[in-house]
Amino acid sequence: MAHAGIHTDANDPLNVTNPEHAQHHIVTPLQYTFVYLTLLVCTGITAGAAYVDLGWANPVIALAIACFKAVIVILFFMHVAYQSRLIKMTIGAGFFIFLVLVTMTMTDYISRAWGLW
Amino acid sequence: MSAAIGNTILSLPDQSTAQIPKRNYINNEHGLLSWLLTGDHKRIAILYLISITFFFFIGGAFAGLIRLELLTPQPDLVSSDTYNKFFTMHGIIMIFLFLVPSVPATLGNFLIPIMLGAKDLAFPKINLLSWYLYVIGGTLTLAALVLGGVDTGWTFTTPLSTHYLNTHVITAAMAIFIAGFASIFTGLNFIVTIHRMRCPGMTWFRMPLFVWAHYAASLLMVLGTPVLAIALVLVALERLFGIGVFDPTKGGDPLLFQHLFWFYSHPAVYIMILPGMGVISEVISTFSRKRIFGYTAVAFSSVAIALFGFFVWEHHMFIMGVSNYSALVFSLLTMLVAVPSAIKIFNWAFTLQKGSITFETPMLYSFGFMGLFTIGGLTGVFLGSLGMDIHLTETYFIVAHFHFVMVGGMLMAFLAGIHFWWPKMTGRMYPESLSKLAAVTTFIGFNLTFLPQFILGYLGMPRRYHAYPPEFQVLNVLSTAGATVLGVGYMLPMLYLAWSLKYGAIAGDNPWQATGLEWQIQSPPLTENFTETPIMDHEAYDYEWLANKTKNEVTTVG
Amino acid sequence: MDSALATTDPNMPETEVYGEHEHVALPQHRHHFETEEQQREAGSFGMWLFLLTEIMFFGGMFFAYLLYRNWYYPAFVAASNQLSVPIGTANTAILITSGFCMAVGVWAAEVRKRTLLVVMLILTTVFGVAFLGFKYDEYHEKYELHHIPGNNFNVSMFTNPAAYGLKEDPLPPDMAQKTQIFFFLYFAMTGMHALHMIIGIALLFWLTWRAHRGDFSSGYVAPIENFGLYWHFVDIVWIFLFPLLYLINRHPMH
Repeated sequence: MAHAGIHTDANDPLNVTNPEHAQHHIVTPLQYTFVYLTLLVCTGITAGAAYVDLGWANPVIALAIACFKAVIVILFFMHVAYQSRLIKMTIGAGFFIFLVLVTMTMTDYISRAWGLW
Repeated sequence: MSAAIGNTILSLPDQSTAQIPKRNYINNEHGLLSWLLTGDHKRIAILYLISITFFFFIGGAFAGLIRLELLTPQPDLVSSDTYNKFFTMHGIIMIFLFLVPSVPATLGNFLIPIMLGAKDLAFPKINLLSWYLYVIGGTLTLAALVLGGVDTGWTFTTPLSTHYLNTHVITAAMAIFIAGFASIFTGLNFIVTIHRMRCPGMTWFRMPLFVWAHYAASLLMVLGTPVLAIALVLVALERLFGIGVFDPTKGGDPLLFQHLFWFYSHPAVYIMILPGMGVISEVISTFSRKRIFGYTAVAFSSVAIALFGFFVWEHHMFIMGVSNYSALVFSLLTMLVAVPSAIKIFNWAFTLQKGSITFETPMLYSFGFMGLFTIGGLTGVFLGSLGMDIHLTETYFIVAHFHFVMVGGMLMAFLAGIHFWWPKMTGRMYPESLSKLAAVTTFIGFNLTFLPQFILGYLGMPRRYHAYPPEFQVLNVLSTAGATVLGVGYMLPMLYLAWSLKYGAIAGDNPWQATGLEWQIQSPPLTENFTETPIMDHEAYDYEWLANKTKNEVTTVG
Repeated sequence: MDSALATTDPNMPETEVYGEHEHVALPQHRHHFETEEQQREAGSFGMWLFLLTEIMFFGGMFFAYLLYRNWYYPAFVAASNQLSVPIGTANTAILITSGFCMAVGVWAAEVRKRTLLVVMLILTTVFGVAFLGFKYDEYHEKYELHHIPGNNFNVSMFTNPAAYGLKEDPLPPDMAQKTQIFFFLYFAMTGMHALHMIIGIALLFWLTWRAHRGDFSSGYVAPIENFGLYWHFVDIVWIFLFPLLYLINRHPMH
């Protein structure tokens, strides 16, 4: 009688319950503090940059900073940097489908009135 | 003790000595509460089966009323408002309360853990929560019905649903919102189970195609349904507070609603059909005694359908005022979806080639599926072509098209699956000849109902009207007559399946001599499915493995 | 798994770890999972899938925002400038702090420091409530200015800003009407975000009580971890909402 527990080696083809062989990694409070301070600084930069007239670059910068903040929250506060490939791909899939929603709908709105958009 | 009789692979144990296993999931616990508070995926599947059957017959009753009204050209049975409510309730109930949960929540719930060699789904409590959400959603739908109905059509098209109707739109929207979460939780449970609960040796390419199809459908449920949810929330807010997001007079765009709605509702078509395709793969393989031809292609075509499904939704809106350039892109992408669907049909056909085919009831339904789904799919290609769409959309052609896919496809697959796994779920066989009669009746009734509608639509009869010019009457009478036959075809299984619960022949573990893990355990299964964790040491649909296993068993016993 | 750190050692033979699991039947281990590791992985994967549905749920509103912001840019700028950047910035900082406390709470649970976990959960709650308090204040101000979409919506501040002591350029009446769409999206998006926070705070009370009871101090941290994922997701939504709603165009337009 074999038990599922024997198939836990990363190279064992019969190991299907935990193929990525993910291990539980603990992020330290020091790392959290660095992330926290980075987030606060980024918030300050976002608010400050909005008051400088940079033309088309204003929303780009604001969104770029927001994306950066979101990425470090996902990677460290949510431990994704240390998670299995499955979790990383799951998150990627979520944002991918969101982008499909945005871009494919935009094909309609942008081409309804070329040049006026 | 088992012997093949004539042209069938059905092998039942000796009825004079056979018994239903003493311990199984049905008699493990007793009392209503043991069902209502269960965490067992098999019991939840049965709960779902009962509830969706209930809603299927309510939705069917509305279909009957619609066909009755359309028997004559004049509006003589009901007023136009009432007719609008009929087809709206028919659509809402059939789509959200029957088709979306039909195969996944019943057969999928019952079989996926067993097929993967697991004891249960990953989250039994969430599974039960899903059923309760479904029941709440269903009750709200019934409330909307009893309070006076809804007449938006199942699409809730703005600004009709937000500004021009005084029916119970919010109640119905809330019902669908809640039922949507039931479907999200089912899908979430399946994905986690398939990723994390497979037994040793059950690699991705050893999984039955039924599981692959459910995996693809679950992705759509998880990613698509929330967009419908937010669209319905916005409709409700628009009605309650007049917030203007879909109101052209305030600068909103009514088409935005349709984009969000169809972003879910087109993939929802694949939520409805993919699990049915999974059923067909199992049935075709079992009754032609062959491994599915091109297993990998069929598996990946499910995922491809799911992925492409997110890129085509605008083909529901070609004549609604979207830009021509965008329509062109979506029309081309629509053609892409035909490819994986065709891969499936061709691979099933090649599986049949030189197979030892037998014609049991599930196989008859599967043949029905293959023929009708092909017609439904190909007419979908007509509708996806920009020029044809302008002529055919919003006519009975489109009604016939999606009924060929949903009823001719999914409902046939559902019935095929129910018959195929009925011995496993209940431990008893259904009556063979009566069920074959039902399958043939359904097929004839279906074609009689919906083939005339293709012609009606092509001749220009618009959908959603309760009166029509007299020259269309002959075809409409044919259609209504067909609906009557179809109704009989659906009543029959319900009656004889209920009968078989008590009087059916004892089925034994593996009446079809099928290879899936679910057929290697007792029927009905134990609450914990397996007495010891199984190890998958062969490919899916490996009939040689099964023959060896059976031979060894006989040697041991004899 | 005597020490949570033990599993981070890559050289440790896995069979031994699993061997231990078989014999230590922890109360939280549910029967249908083969191992506790499998249960934990399944739980966190399930949570991520749920967050995926949340991305798509908010995604619909983000798309509506993108569309109308491009269509009615002047109205969006004028309406956005009526939101308070100091409050918005402060609230962002408060929410990030709340998320930081939650993250430290997860660490405290992992290294089995019960008191620290309880303190961190309470701090997370306090900052969450503070955020909602500021949000209430902002909503109340909008109510008094008749900037809540619906029948009482009043555009006079945007057609005649000088009367309100504002230096903005007045908007033509039809464009001024479109500020209602901005405010609707503002209320829908921040309202849906606030609803998620209220649900989160209710869960926090329950988790704090359980943490105080010692449920999460013996190596069973899945509920804390999974709630942490939810709470950080709510943070992320706000990280995008803040620049999109408050900072469309804060430099004077000419």
